[in-house]
Amino acid sequence: MTLDGKVPSGPIETRWARHRDHLRLISPANKRRYTVIVVGTGLGGGSASATLAQLGYNVLAFCYQDSARRAHSIAAQGGINAAKNYVGDGDSVYRLFYETVKGGDFRSRESNVYRLAELSGNIIDQCVAQGVPFQREYSGELSTRSFGGALVSRTLFCRGQTGQQLLLGCYQAMMRQASEGRLKVFPKKEMLDLVLVDGEAKGILVRDLTTGEYEAYAADAVVIATGGYASVFNLSTNAVGSNVGAIMRCYKKGALMANPCYTQIHPTCIPFAGWFQSKLILMSESLRNDGRVWVPKKKGDKRPPNEIPESDRDYYLERKYPSYGNLAPRDISSRAAKEACDDGRGVGPSGYAVYLDFRDAIQRHGRKVIEERYGNLFELYDHISGEDPYAQPMKIYPASHYAMGGLWVDYNLMSNIPGLFVIGEANFSDHGANRLGASALMQGLADGYFVLPYTIGDYLATTQPGKVKPDNLEFQKVKEEDEARINRLISIKGSRTVLDFRIELGRLLWENVGMARSEESLTKALEEIPRIREAFWSDLKLTGSEKDLNQQLERAWRLSEALDFAEVLTLDARERRESCGAHFRVEHQTPDGEALRNDAEYTYVAAWEYKGEGEKPEMHKEPLTFEVVQPTVRSYK
Amino acid sequence: MRFHLKVWRQEGPEAPGRFFDYDVDDVIPEMSLLEMLDKLNEELIKKGTPPIVFESDCREGICGTCGMVVNGSAHGPQPKTTTCEIRMRHFQDGETITIEPFRAAAFPVQKDLLVERAGLDKVIQAGGYTSAYTGTHADANAILVPKDDQEYAMDAAACIGCGACVAACPNSSAMLFVAAKIAHLGTLPQGMPEEPKRALSMTEVMQEEGFGACSNHFECQAVCPKGIQVETIARLNRAFLKASLKRRA
Repeated sequence: MTLDGKVPSGPIETRWARHRDHLRLISPANKRRYTVIVVGTGLGGGSASATLAQLGYNVLAFCYQDSARRAHSIAAQGGINAAKNYVGDGDSVYRLFYETVKGGDFRSRESNVYRLAELSGNIIDQCVAQGVPFQREYSGELSTRSFGGALVSRTLFCRGQTGQQLLLGCYQAMMRQASEGRLKVFPKKEMLDLVLVDGEAKGILVRDLTTGEYEAYAADAVVIATGGYASVFNLSTNAVGSNVGAIMRCYKKGALMANPCYTQIHPTCIPFAGWFQSKLILMSESLRNDGRVWVPKKKGDKRPPNEIPESDRDYYLERKYPSYGNLAPRDISSRAAKEACDDGRGVGPSGYAVYLDFRDAIQRHGRKVIEERYGNLFELYDHISGEDPYAQPMKIYPASHYAMGGLWVDYNLMSNIPGLFVIGEANFSDHGANRLGASALMQGLADGYFVLPYTIGDYLATTQPGKVKPDNLEFQKVKEEDEARINRLISIKGSRTVLDFRIELGRLLWENVGMARSEESLTKALEEIPRIREAFWSDLKLTGSEKDLNQQLERAWRLSEALDFAEVLTLDARERRESCGAHFRVEHQTPDGEALRNDAEYTYVAAWEYKGEGEKPEMHKEPLTFEVVQPTVRSYK
Repeated sequence: MRFHLKVWRQEGPEAPGRFFDYDVDDVIPEMSLLEMLDKLNEELIKKGTPPIVFESDCREGICGTCGMVVNGSAHGPQPKTTTCEIRMRHFQDGETITIEPFRAAAFPVQKDLLVERAGLDKVIQAGGYTSAYTGTHADANAILVPKDDQEYAMDAAACIGCGACVAACPNSSAMLFVAAKIAHLGTLPQGMPEEPKRALSMTEVMQEEGFGACSNHFECQAVCPKGIQVETIARLNRAFLKASLKRRA
């Protein structure tokens, strides 16, 4: 299989414009004859469905939540990047492009990243027109702030609820289209499968989560916008319902899974308190501007933090990374926290936390200044932990947060299956091996508002609208397969719960395929995963029936896919024998512990092809070329 | 910690429901209320009893999925908190905790603690948006927005659409929900042109969907996890009245 990324050539500044000018168009009168299915209603799916409906297509939008407004994009806090250069600090499209390619540790496609940077400004204009209340100055102009290691101030934000406000913008645009009848939303319906007719994506099979009925929906193209897979680690910052099911079903139907080993671990989350937890809550990265990270020097030092004298504290980030100190990048900070805890110096009841201390900042600036900067975050922390961060240090721990990898797509955001498009976090395209802060929202909206609406037309123009109907035999075939799989889950009648297996898998991955990976740990995980899967399929205990509202069954289905996904993720991590971005192989590091890339052998996208149950997937390579930015070593010292 | 729970259980929309009693031991104070229910559910499943059905997703107070009446109060007795944010250390060890679904004619119970809230989407469909096309717009800084207006709009836009205001209202009114959207969009220059139509049609659809009218109990403000103020309802009333008079003229 040759992977054609369909990347345009010529000067990078005009690639997208020239490409767009040559995409096929469908006449306004004909658009209504085409139906597009969009799965997922977050920033990617929401913006895409609203825009496609506005263009005149007939859109069917699906989500597992009870309303399109609840997709997990809503939880994004920090902000959204845009190369507006509003404050004249030297920002430009090129600079945002350059920082994103470099931030991704030279493992993304230059053309895609440039397009993303180019569209970033339009996104903000679009959102403001929708009534998104971005933070403003007394002049009435938009406020910006710096974020995540960027050298300029280009992040726009709505307090700590940027994702919520952007998502409500999409949702409201969707509701407007729904009121005009061009868009139909199907909440509480979970995509079970992709349906291919003559090798092209022509519909989906869903399970109605209220009745348990199977329903077939046919279309002329299918868009997957179901987010990432951080939840395979069990504890993550994702919603408890976020899952890898939809993209795994596409993978099993032939779509390639690209770079699944690129998983971002966010360093500042509210502490892990025990395996009873259902998720970990993120605290904005901005706290590290004033907070100092430390652990006790002695193992098992159980004294309250304020009684530990300066001489017994190890400010390990400041010690190891003197120039970046507490502002070391996400991957470095996360790994360092894990090392300290593995060394037995972690704090809190579980020993899996480190301190983030504001004592010195409060002494230096006064409580009032700190309150102005972080008041709402301190309140949130106090609320959840019951501890006052003004009086004693916060406890934080890294958590699985975001998936850079995902289904493989070309420059048009179409997968290797004709008619199957993948947008937002669900695809692999723009962030390489590591995502910069405030770039996820930007990508979801760029894909949905400004890229897919053009590129999908180019595909649809080659097809005859409405050719496939839900009574096509392929739907029946897929339904029988999935029904059998669900019945199998129900009929196991073993002794262990879904959550039990979810924790076992998550723990295995976290310990062996998490922040620091080795040939040995990855091999161990690859041996253990099939064992857990076998136990799952022979000893799972569910209650209730499949033709009913059955939340255990929903979770079991999602976990069954996560078990299969875990194997591809681990395999990809083992085969990539280099360290890059968030993928850290302990064998491949510089003497001072930095990630050591191997550009000569690994400057490619690893795209995995499913070969059947129990078979090893086959890796295909899309070589990455760098014409504009020359790969260099990222240094944080 | 240990707790005695009285949980509303109901098999389906038409089935009669009643309170069931459960004891939960070994509760950790750091647990959230929902994590305690997860724990109880694990025990129920192991015994072969169907677990308690309840909805939640983000579990950090922003998606608006969760919602229960805890000890008689929508989202529990603590102010400005969603159900998923409640921590067990806020209860007394050994306490009896009563948990029931949001109750409103417009929110029929589907199963146990899960209610149907599709009516809220219908209300937004009636005009809770600006009709801006996806395309090319003026630069985001071309229209200045006074900071106070932006802050006021943001306060209102913080609504998470959970429906606690409806559950707490003796009339099951969704006025606070509608008012929050009117205040958010109507304060910004981008949303002003459509305000009259928005106020009339959202209010109308709210009533069609089975939500009641406002008679100034202000229970909604007391339970709102995001602190939306009833002052927005006064603003909605003004917008509605203005638009009604204009329509007649």
